[in-house]
Amino acid sequence: MLELYANVVVGGLLLGAVYALIATGLNVIFGVMRMVNFAHGELVVVGMYTAYLFWKLTGLPALAALPIAAALLFVAGYAFQRLLANRFVEAGQHVQFILFIGVALMITGAHAIAFGPDPRPIQGAAGFDVYRAVFLRLDAVRTQAALFALALIAALWAWLKYTLTGKAIRAAADNLTGGRAIGIRIPHVFAIVAGLGFACAGAAGALVAPLFDTQPYLAGDFTMIAFIIVIVGGLASLPGALLGGLLIGVAEALAAALVAPSMKSLFSYALLALVILLRPQGLLGKRSALG
Amino acid sequence: MTGRQQAAAAAFLSVLAVLPAVADDFQLSVLALIFLFAYVGIAWNLMMGFAGQLSLGHALYFGIGAYTVAVLAGKYGITPWLGMPAAFALAAAAAALVGTLGFRFAVRGVYFALLTIAFSEFTRIAFEHWDFVGKTGGFFLRALGPDNRPLVSLRGGATFFYYALLVTMVLGWALSAALVSSRLGYYWRAVREDEDAARAIGVPAFRMKVAAAALSGGLTGIGGAWFGLLGGSLFPETVLGMRMSIDVIIAPIVGGLGSLYGPILGAFIVIPLNEFAKELAQHFNVNGLNFLIYGALLCAIVLFAPHGLWPPLARLLRLETRR
Repeated sequence: MLELYANVVVGGLLLGAVYALIATGLNVIFGVMRMVNFAHGELVVVGMYTAYLFWKLTGLPALAALPIAAALLFVAGYAFQRLLANRFVEAGQHVQFILFIGVALMITGAHAIAFGPDPRPIQGAAGFDVYRAVFLRLDAVRTQAALFALALIAALWAWLKYTLTGKAIRAAADNLTGGRAIGIRIPHVFAIVAGLGFACAGAAGALVAPLFDTQPYLAGDFTMIAFIIVIVGGLASLPGALLGGLLIGVAEALAAALVAPSMKSLFSYALLALVILLRPQGLLGKRSALG
Repeated sequence: MTGRQQAAAAAFLSVLAVLPAVADDFQLSVLALIFLFAYVGIAWNLMMGFAGQLSLGHALYFGIGAYTVAVLAGKYGITPWLGMPAAFALAAAAAALVGTLGFRFAVRGVYFALLTIAFSEFTRIAFEHWDFVGKTGGFFLRALGPDNRPLVSLRGGATFFYYALLVTMVLGWALSAALVSSRLGYYWRAVREDEDAARAIGVPAFRMKVAAAALSGGLTGIGGAWFGLLGGSLFPETVLGMRMSIDVIIAPIVGGLGSLYGPILGAFIVIPLNEFAKELAQHFNVNGLNFLIYGALLCAIVLFAPHGLWPPLARLLRLETRR
């Protein structure tokens, strides 16, 4: 019994790490621009299709498509923010909501047109490999995905903390007017932030593509998972996104094993409502900027 | 209303009243859908446009209303005339609960919006596992027999639903017009503009916000009830899903928030556009084309008319209300 639960928990933690990467992208965008990216799950699916196409065309492992997916979405995010979304930073939440819903529908529509509604599985060579440690059995694909996700999250944190651009981003998140006054090019910084947020989603998409069969309508689930995680962990808190991702990953895995797979998100929503009511800033949330 | 507004409204309603004489059933069913979403848009707008509380989970109230009337009629043979008040009461209670929890714990802004999504998604998943309402397989109303009397069963042909929903829309509009110029309406706007200042001058902000949520939710429940009667089948994904929450709020935003006419104008724009996008997708037999077109139109609308289309149209027709 213990063995079974230990394996369920570990499996949840591994997937949770990838969820954390998705949520980190959402959080970076919200933390700096106060915009909720309702099209985030769609971006994950873009990453998944990128990986699928890469695997289909080259025969190489889908994991190798990660830099391509990340780069593609960074460029898309930069252009989107610079050309369109920067005009909506000051707009009402409901206006931003419609903008992002419009974008989300367009992406889903484009996916449905290009790939059809059928699921696209990736049969990797390593699909059934398992790492064993004591009584734990770690699915190889999941483990690799989790390690890459954690590495990317760590790299993003370090980049934000130590590079000049990263400092400029945190300054803009802290105090926009002050940031302007000291000469930070806000439209450019915002566009970089959107690029990073999009790239997180795209990279995570490449990581989960071998785990879930890619199809256009997965997007909504990813968006909702990312929301739940950032609220549970704390909006705009980067450690919060990591903690929230791992928690939700474990909660879903346990719910799927103990109750029913289709009930797993019920637990996440219950957890979400509880956190909003008891600790609305989230477990690790502060009321201020990116940290 | 100004005299000019009254004249315009009278002309608009007269045209709608005689339209079934010339329109075919398909056109009438699209118009009925327009009236329905204009009506729920009006209901949502009470909470967002006037009281300033953003709910992105109105599918919860829509779905509760739809299931209440359908289950009462389908399982127990209770007429929708009694089902509608029950739908209002249950949906209003749910909205009051969500509002009370959210507002009591001072959940504001984007957190409140996400809380409403959480409750509606939670309920959708619960309904998808609830045998009593048919799980994901859906709940179906019996097919109409030849002895069906629309005024008893509140179900009928395209013309019946056309007039029924036209009346619902006009009643909803009249109610919201009365509310907005009442004491409640002034309190709501005070809370919307600056909640802390409103409380400082003695506005019972908490009670006002809960009242807005309950009224808005209850009225939305009646809209959902009509939706169930209209289609005859209910699925959690359709009536309680995120897409329904989006559909409820798009018309009032496109038309213009905080205006009595915005939701109606918005529905007249959004529903035909959606139908048009669907037609195109079917015509070219391209799955997904409708999403692409509809999404692009939404982006275009917020880009070019972020405050909605009613204010510029009202200026054009010289129908604006002096403040």
